Amino acid sequence: MSGPSSGCGFLMSVVVHGDLALNEQEKELNQRLKRLYPAVNEQETPLPRSWSPKDKFSYIGLSQNNLRVHYKGHGKTPKDAASVRATHPIPAACGVYYFEVKIISKGRDGYMGIGLSAQGVNMNRLPGWDKHSYGYHGDDGHSFCSSGTGQPYGPTFTTGDVIGCCVNLINNTCFYTKNGHSLGIAFTDLPPNLYPTVGLQTPGEVVDANFGQHPFVFDIEDYMREWRTKIQAQIDRFPIGEREGEWQAMIQKMVASYLVHHSYCATAEAFAKSTDQAVHEELASIKNRQKIQKLVLSGRMGEAIETTQQLYPSLLERNQDLLFMLKVRQFIEMVNGTDSEVRCLGGRSPKSQDCYPGSPRLFNSPVHKASSSQTYQTGTAEVEMELDHFSNGVSESSSNGFLNGSSTHGIDLEECDGDMGEIIIWRQLCGGSQAAIERMIQFGRELQSMSEHLRRERGKNSANKKMLKDAFSLLAYSDPWSSPVGYQLDSIQREPVCSTLNSAILETHNLPKQPPLALSVGQAAQCLSLMARTGSGSCAFASVDDYLH
Amino acid sequence: MMACLLEAPLRISVLSEVTATSRHYVDRLFDPDPQNVLQGVIDMKNAVIGNNRQKANLIVLGAVPRLLYLLQQSSSSLELRTECAVVLGSLAMGTENNIKSLVDCHIIPALLQGLLCSDLIFIEACLRCLRTVFISPVTPVQLLYTDPTVIPHLMSLLSRSQHTQEYITQIFAHCCKTPEHQTVLFNHGAIQNIAPLLISPSFKVRMQALKCFSVLAYENAQVSMTLVNVLVDGEQLSQVFVRMMQRDKPIEMQLTAAKCLTYMCRAGAIRTDDNCIVLKTLPCLVRMCSKERLLEERVEGAETLAYLMEPDIELQRIASVTDHLVSMLADYFKYPSSVSAITDIKRLDHDLKHAHELRQAAFKLYASLGSNDEDIRKKITETENMMDRIVSGLSESSIKVRLAAVRCLHSLSRSVQQLRTSFHDHAVWKPLMKLLQNAPDEVLVMASSTLCNLLLEFSPSKEPILESGVIELLCSLTQSDSPALRVNGIWALMNMAFQADQKVKVEIVRALGTEQLFRLLSDPDTNVLMKTLGLLRNLLSTRPHIDQVMSSHGKQIMQAVTLILEGEHSIEVKEQTLCILANIADGNTAKELIMTNDDMLQKIKYYMGHSNVKLQLAATFCISNLIWNEEDGSQERQDKLRDMGFVDILHKLTQASDPNLCDRAKTAMQHTPWWIEALMLWTPFGES
Repeated sequence: MSGPSSGCGFLMSVVVHGDLALNEQEKELNQRLKRLYPAVNEQETPLPRSWSPKDKFSYIGLSQNNLRVHYKGHGKTPKDAASVRATHPIPAACGVYYFEVKIISKGRDGYMGIGLSAQGVNMNRLPGWDKHSYGYHGDDGHSFCSSGTGQPYGPTFTTGDVIGCCVNLINNTCFYTKNGHSLGIAFTDLPPNLYPTVGLQTPGEVVDANFGQHPFVFDIEDYMREWRTKIQAQIDRFPIGEREGEWQAMIQKMVASYLVHHSYCATAEAFAKSTDQAVHEELASIKNRQKIQKLVLSGRMGEAIETTQQLYPSLLERNQDLLFMLKVRQFIEMVNGTDSEVRCLGGRSPKSQDCYPGSPRLFNSPVHKASSSQTYQTGTAEVEMELDHFSNGVSESSSNGFLNGSSTHGIDLEECDGDMGEIIIWRQLCGGSQAAIERMIQFGRELQSMSEHLRRERGKNSANKKMLKDAFSLLAYSDPWSSPVGYQLDSIQREPVCSTLNSAILETHNLPKQPPLALSVGQAAQCLSLMARTGSGSCAFASVDDYLH
Repeated sequence: MMACLLEAPLRISVLSEVTATSRHYVDRLFDPDPQNVLQGVIDMKNAVIGNNRQKANLIVLGAVPRLLYLLQQSSSSLELRTECAVVLGSLAMGTENNIKSLVDCHIIPALLQGLLCSDLIFIEACLRCLRTVFISPVTPVQLLYTDPTVIPHLMSLLSRSQHTQEYITQIFAHCCKTPEHQTVLFNHGAIQNIAPLLISPSFKVRMQALKCFSVLAYENAQVSMTLVNVLVDGEQLSQVFVRMMQRDKPIEMQLTAAKCLTYMCRAGAIRTDDNCIVLKTLPCLVRMCSKERLLEERVEGAETLAYLMEPDIELQRIASVTDHLVSMLADYFKYPSSVSAITDIKRLDHDLKHAHELRQAAFKLYASLGSNDEDIRKKITETENMMDRIVSGLSESSIKVRLAAVRCLHSLSRSVQQLRTSFHDHAVWKPLMKLLQNAPDEVLVMASSTLCNLLLEFSPSKEPILESGVIELLCSLTQSDSPALRVNGIWALMNMAFQADQKVKVEIVRALGTEQLFRLLSDPDTNVLMKTLGLLRNLLSTRPHIDQVMSSHGKQIMQAVTLILEGEHSIEVKEQTLCILANIADGNTAKELIMTNDDMLQKIKYYMGHSNVKLQLAATFCISNLIWNEEDGSQERQDKLRDMGFVDILHKLTQASDPNLCDRAKTAMQHTPWWIEALMLWTPFGES
């Protein structure tokens, strides 16, 4: 859920050029990099996109958006060699990284080196000559592995050739390509955080880099496919030895606890029965939680708070921050027009009171769980799961109000998730009712005083403060839905509230506040980002999402 | 049934050892109640699964003819017939002997007959059994083609189910071994019927369909040309194959797809510079040679790659720099490795089994890599212990390895540089000579061809080879039935005679014998004739040698020359013959053999006026030698030639448009001062 964004900031910064062709190129670059290196978090580890105007020797000239490199020294002796590094080191999360260099002109002698070097390696040299520096040289076709003497490696290269350099961050090797043909491994045991580097040594030498601006000559994606398959086979074949039985039992337990945690009671019951497990929570309790969650997810916060207070009397009293959060959410739902309090005022279904949790009887009968039985007559587990799991379950509930109230002002939250611009015409504050607006404002004042009360009692809480400020900001706009803070009205924002409340309830029962399954998924994701940080390239081909779908 | 009855005595002798239960199973097949028979067959099915001993017992006890009888009987229930086919399929899964027994009992026609039934389950059971029988190496593939209605019927069954598709394509893939088989399958629409299966949801079907195409396209231009135009779901077949070579596909699929494209390319249906060959097929095959692949895959990969690039220097150059191929191949010689011997016996056994195959594949690939480019040859010979490996390969027990090693040596022997250095350093001529003593023809052809190169004048190996008594051997080659061997034998002798000592020449003539020499001059193979003339020409060089040879064999040689000049031969042959005549004309005493032969002089005159410049040149050269004025009797010869009208011809030739011919004629005239005088007198007349 990282949002629609990571490349965006960069995109905006280059739009300034106003050059349409360049803009297209940047777009293509971003698309290609995203496709090649989906596991890279560019906020943390940006990808190389051009040569660095700061990290080069003075004999190097850059042009064409810092992609073209030319030599401008005397080129008399090896002492006149000069190199340039890319703007960023290669992130380990690439798994496999690749760039190409086209020789535009071999100049006088064609003493060109293409390769990799670490930050800080002397730039008055060709790549490969020093420690933590690696290069493939055009004049003799030799590879230089941190040494002044080369090893026979490949063919020579000259004007018109396209040389590619591929770093495999899984086994820490590097191979080159010439005009689309792999030349075989050149280096092994490479250190982490190397920068793409080129070096030139005689006048007239000019090379162009392709960091993904254009399609590559070599089919790097095919190579990546091979490694993805390898890594995935490694995961699939991970040896579990004699413990197969244990694994199965453990997985069953995880699934069961997940179902219980999210209160899919019928499914949990059926699963526990078929796998012969005990459920560690009473069914009634699960159903209570389910009820509350459903209320939160359908935006009926007032009812949710009240139900919670009834069923778990001391919970919110002891946990004032949680209560505060719930109330802020309630305020937002009021603005949205979905909270029960404003809905009653808005001339909508008084029947929504039907599902107001007055009697415990309701919780024992699945038929009554929803305000209308027409959508889930049987209360089968499958239907419930869908409702609970996806926010579009919310639309079911809200459409009840819609139907009953037969109001054209009904809010279809599902559509709200999508394009906001189109449905703006009928979206109104608090459902459009004046009484509801007044109630909302009054509620806001109560919230304000609660906030002050909390601050007096327990000191400053910046999270609470921000929460309230963001919620109140909604009122600053004539159309809160399309305002910068409008995201709060999105039904998806109910989910964290819902899960926080659910976790708090579970904790009072001495049950884990997070299901082990979610914990392990989270841990796996965390583990992958840790691998990325510590330089284990295989994280690139082991996305948790691949295994969740 | 005949074959089964013949086994009767055997049956009796083994019977006693066979368990009573086995006999019980067979007995139940004869039960009068069909229901009991069915139950008996089902029980038999369960008893034989995975039990080779039980399978052998039942076969010995004669279960097969009875099962086949039940299977063919129209009165049998479909269920019974199907169960019979299943049991037979199970019996076929056993040892090769089982298959032999089944085939001897005519199981194939019976099952093929069964395919005419309309019931899919029964058809699938029959096909499954047929598949198992046909993929066995002991089954003669011809049995698939005996009845001409079988192939079209199998084609029609391809649409029935994924199982029929899998079994039928697998049968085709195994039974297409000759160009005739390819044609039969092609004519019955194999391509149109099988192409859609390449995108079947079943991996097995896709794989077997792909294998079909690889065997169909092999050295078959008709199939290959058709394949390039086939579309599968709107996509070109070559692109489908390219997709199957993607690096995340199973290795077997990548390799087979690469074979298909290789065969299509070699058959001329795809250009060698097409991206699907240069950027896809070639790199894929190089990957198949890598250490990560199984030994079998490495063998197939190397052989296919060798075949792909054999005729194309550009592909050879690309392959030579791809993924360190040249040094990667050096690893092919390290089996069984010392590690495998220590770690486990099974591995050692496996390695040993593949060691020969690996070595021959590597030699083949080296041969192909080095067949044109001097730099690549250098790179190969500089690979660790390469020459030693070739040398020991030449004397390996496996004929396949010896052949491949000599092919490799032959490829490398095209390099002047290598002949001068590594070939001499490693005395490759020694094992080569040994190989020539006793080897099958295909090895001999390669070995003798290599020897030809080793006998070239600049080769330092020439001397030691001469001393090793090679002449007799080469002479015997010239008597071979194989034209290729005759060519190589005489070619080697020709190279040997080039600028050789008198002693060597005499030895060659003695060993070959004039009779054989003249037999070779009338050889039906032009190549043999050309090289024999070449040999004669080399023997007849430098004056003393010419006179010596001509004094002993002059009569026969002149006869042979006459014969060739009068016969229907190519320009090249006649030119070579005239050159021999020119050499003879250069001798002191030998030239009299021409001067006294008016018929021969007339022939020379004729060729001086021939429409082909090469022949004119050679004939003029001959005359020029005859009128050379620094020798005894030149005056007489000049007189005679003038009387015969050679002056006019030479004069005309000095006006020839070809500068060489013109020069040659002028030089000849300079040796005859009075001819020039005559010419000066003659010219004004000519012009007035």
